[in-house]
Amino acid sequence: MGVDSKPAVVVGAGPAGLCAAIELKRAGAPVVLMDENGKPGGQLFKQIHKFFGSREHSAGTRGFEIGRRLLADSLELGIDVRLDTEVVGIEPGLGVWAVERRSRSYTLEAGCVILATGASENGLAFPGWTLPGVMTAGCAQTLVNVHRVLPGRRVLIVGSGNVGVIVGYQLLQAGAEVAAIIEGAPALGGYGVHTAKVRRAGVPFYCGTTILRAEGEEGVERAVIAKVDRGFKPIAGTEETLEVDTICIAVGLTPALDLAYLAGCKPIFVPELGGNMPLHDGYMRSSVEGVYVVGDTAGVEEASTAMEEGRLAGIHAAYALGFLGEAAMRERTEATWGRLDSLRQGVFGQKRFAAKARILAEGKVRA
Amino acid sequence: MSGEASSGGRRIASHPILGEPEAAREVTIYLDGAAIAAKEGEPIMSALVAAGVGVFRHTKRGSPRRMFCGIGRCTDCVMTVDGIPGVRTCVTPVREGMLVERQEGAGSWKGGEGHGRR
Repeated sequence: MGVDSKPAVVVGAGPAGLCAAIELKRAGAPVVLMDENGKPGGQLFKQIHKFFGSREHSAGTRGFEIGRRLLADSLELGIDVRLDTEVVGIEPGLGVWAVERRSRSYTLEAGCVILATGASENGLAFPGWTLPGVMTAGCAQTLVNVHRVLPGRRVLIVGSGNVGVIVGYQLLQAGAEVAAIIEGAPALGGYGVHTAKVRRAGVPFYCGTTILRAEGEEGVERAVIAKVDRGFKPIAGTEETLEVDTICIAVGLTPALDLAYLAGCKPIFVPELGGNMPLHDGYMRSSVEGVYVVGDTAGVEEASTAMEEGRLAGIHAAYALGFLGEAAMRERTEATWGRLDSLRQGVFGQKRFAAKARILAEGKVRA
Repeated sequence: MSGEASSGGRRIASHPILGEPEAAREVTIYLDGAAIAAKEGEPIMSALVAAGVGVFRHTKRGSPRRMFCGIGRCTDCVMTVDGIPGVRTCVTPVREGMLVERQEGAGSWKGGEGHGRR
């Protein structure tokens, strides 16, 4: 079995990439895990809230604790983790072009490639949005939870989805004041558990409300908000001014597709999961032979689903490289899908479940 | 429930979930010549935010910028570091004696000791 096998190369050491690499290494396959950052873990270490799901999904465990566990596992398994390593190209025949520490460039011949490159937060353009003090919610979250500094004293959050409410709560925990959370839609977007905690802490929520502009000279001094009509047009006369020094934008994420496009992966447009993403099947195989896509790259969801998708790709890649028998591959894949399906239940999960089902239906046609 | 910021500063001294910060060696960096206390291992961005720095650079039209994504994607936070313009301060760790300067527009190369390093 696979003695001279070229390694599986996993790009991105966040939750999805770490889990893919761990599955591969556990099966005995050679694996190289690359990440452009100086530290592994992706965005897990800024997630200090408890995760949902059942015990097998590490529910009740905080994101950074899961991150520590995955790092300990990868260390114990002796996975070849290459940090400060940017993958800048995927050549035909699966040559992974990497640049280490911005100085050494090399190409690694891969047996297969697993893209776990995550997503980036969306911007929202309004007059004043380039002012210092306007930032993504994830930026504020990184500052308070990872670097432990406060980006500002009084914050307006734009967007009431999970990211908006969770970051709102974490800003309160860090000692900031949250002036309000506004939402363009008529109803709130986040899980009730998170929303209720923030509401109980006294933070006002405004639905059907948008930001008109940020004002200030060398930084945000105030925000002007207004009600919107059903067509999301601001209603004259409803303007309100909030004295804030920070505005956090939490209006969704977009899959990071650069490498998937370079590799030639066929895209599919699924607005519920962040826009364009690589088409894939139930083993997380893209349209390009030997290239897998997992986690937010394959449709924006959560760290818990990203980890399971990483496992799916790792299991199948270990099989494809000859390190795992077909029966074992099928059994592990099925167990992983069982966990994934249960993560995509509930009012919020159903939409994602349906969206994923659409991708898989398309992906199967190709396969 | 709330954490506590150090007196007048922006560092979060104690935190209800994260507890006390890990002890880190203090290093000094220089922003346009002025000394700023930083913690070993942290990115330049967080040292500047902790010091209350409100503007990181100006565009060629004079519009102020600070940071936006905080994870190395958007390049809003770029500054001239040890003579190299356009360095993403959110993903570049501080180093003792580091020279950080606000740039205008794309900035300009100044060479020097840091040449070739980011």
